[in-house]
Amino acid sequence: MQEIADWFRSLYETTGLNFTIFYDPYDAWQFARGVGMTVYLSVVSILICLVVGVIGAWLQSSGIKVVRGVIEIFVVIFRNTPPLVQIFFFYFGMGELLPANYNDIGLREPLLSNVQWAIISLSLFAGAFNIEIFRSGIEAVPDTTVEAAEALGYTRLGVYRHVVLPLALRVCLPALNNNLVNLLKTTTLAYAIAVPETLYATTQIWAESQNVTEMMFVLLATFVLLVGVLVWVMHRWERSLRIPGFGR
Amino acid sequence: MAAWTPDQPMVRLRDVHKSFGQSEVLKGISFEVMKGEVICIIGPSGSGKSTLIRSINALVPINSGSITVEGQEVNDPAVDKLALRRKVGMVFQQYNLFPHRTALQNIMMAPIHVLKQDRSEVEARARALIRKVRLEGKEDTYPGELSGGQQQRVAIARSLAMRPDLMLFDEVTAALDPETVKEVLVTIRELAREGMTCILVTHEMGFAREIANRIYFTDQGVIVEHGSPQEILDHPREARTKAFLEQVL
Ligand SMILES: Nc1ncnc2c1ncn2[C@@H]1O[C@H](COP(=O)(O)OP(=O)(O)O)[C@@H](O)[C@H]1O
Ligand SMILES: [Mg+2]
Repeated sequence: MQEIADWFRSLYETTGLNFTIFYDPYDAWQFARGVGMTVYLSVVSILICLVVGVIGAWLQSSGIKVVRGVIEIFVVIFRNTPPLVQIFFFYFGMGELLPANYNDIGLREPLLSNVQWAIISLSLFAGAFNIEIFRSGIEAVPDTTVEAAEALGYTRLGVYRHVVLPLALRVCLPALNNNLVNLLKTTTLAYAIAVPETLYATTQIWAESQNVTEMMFVLLATFVLLVGVLVWVMHRWERSLRIPGFGR
Repeated sequence: MAAWTPDQPMVRLRDVHKSFGQSEVLKGISFEVMKGEVICIIGPSGSGKSTLIRSINALVPINSGSITVEGQEVNDPAVDKLALRRKVGMVFQQYNLFPHRTALQNIMMAPIHVLKQDRSEVEARARALIRKVRLEGKEDTYPGELSGGQQQRVAIARSLAMRPDLMLFDEVTAALDPETVKEVLVTIRELAREGMTCILVTHEMGFAREIANRIYFTDQGVIVEHGSPQEILDHPREARTKAFLEQVL
C-alpha cells in the first residue's frame, strides 16, 4: 500500500498528475465511501426493482381491469418522464408532504432521508421497465405450457411461480441485463439530492484538490469497473439458468 | 347430492353445447364412461374432439349442458376446478413438458407443489414411474434433449404421478414419428390393462380397435354414431363414418 501511495506522490511531483485518492488518506476515504454508496444504492435498488417487476407483471395478467389500469399508468409515468425529474419529484415533492419531526433546536428532520428517497425513486424507475421486460418474457411462454400446468391442478399463482416466471426470466434476461446496467449508471443522479455517491464524492475531491481531469478519468474507470462486475454477475446467472436442449 | 359410487358413470356428458363466438363447435354431446372403461373418440379434424375432451377438466368452459366427473358437476361456476383437475390427468398432442425441469423433476413438480406431498416419497414414486414408462437413465435429462416419444412418455408419467382416477389423451401420438408411436401406445395399453379409466382422441384405428370398449365417431360437433370397435370400424352404418374410415384406413 505504502509503495502505491509513494508512487502516486512521486508521479504528482514529477508530472503534475495529481491522483490524491491514492496517497491522501482523507480523499481516499471520501472516494471509497462514495463507491460504497453507489454499490449500496445499486444493490438495494436492483433487488427492489426486480420485486416490482415480478409483482407488477403478475398484476398485469390479473383479470381485474382496475388493477391492470393502475399498473399501466404506473409504467407510463415512470417510462415517459426523466429519472432526474422523478428523483426531484420524490425528494422535494413527496418529501414535503410526509410528516416530519423537529429536533431540539427546531431543525426539520424528514421521515425519509435523501438516500432512502433515491432508492425508492430509482427502484420504481427501473421497476417500471422491468414490468415491461417481464411482460414480454411472459408473452413468449406458450399457452400450451401454461395449460399443461393448469391441467395438473396448479393455481394461477402456482403456474406463474413455478412455470411462467422461470421460463419468462430466461427469455428476457438480455433485456433485464441492459436495464440493470442502466440503473447502476442512473444512480449518479442521486448526486442532485446530495447523496454522497461516487460522482458526489469525486466532485468534492476535485473541488478541494484542483484535479478535475484526473478525477474525471478515475470516475470513468470506476464505472467501467462497476458495470463490468454487474455484467459478469449477470452472465454467471444467465449461464446457471441455461437449459440443455432448450432455447433459440 | 348423494356421493358418487363406482357403479355410477365416472364421466357423464348430457347435451353439451359449446360455441366459440358465432361458430357452434359442440352441438349437443352426450355419453357416459364407467370406471375402468376405455373409450376412443375419432373423427375428422375440426370436428370438436379437442374441445370436447378439454371441457371434461374445465380447461374449456361450456355454454350449456351438464358434465359430471365422479358425480361432481363441472359446468358449475362454483366447481372447484383445481380439485377436479387433480383427479383427471391429461396428456396433450404437443407433450407440453416444462422445459426448464428434468424428466424426473417434471414428474415430481405437481405432487410437491399442488398436493404438498413429501418430497422423498414423491421422488420414489417418480422413479418408479420413469421405469414404468421405460425411461430409466433419462431421469436427469431435460425435455429438449429427449425424442418426441420419450417426451410424451414423461408427460404420461407426469400425469400419473398425481394418481388420477381418469386419464384424457388428446391425439397424443399425432406429432410423433411412426417409429416412436409404438412405444407410447405400449405405455397407454398397459395403463388401460391395469384398469385406468381412459378417454382417448386418436387417429390410430388399429389401436382403438384393440383397446377401446366403445368408439365414438364425431363430425361437426355431434356424435354421428358409437358402438363397439367392430360395429364402428367394420360395420359402420352412417355414410359419414364410412367416408371418414375410407380416408384414414
Ligand atoms: N379457443 C378457440 N377459439 C376459437 N375457436 C376455437 C378454439 N378452439 C377451437 N376452436 C375451433 O373449434 C373447432 C373445433 O376445434 P377442435 O376442438 O380443436 O377440433 P378437433 O380437435 O376435432 O380437430 C375448430 O373449428 C377450431 O377452429
Ligand atoms: Mg384436436
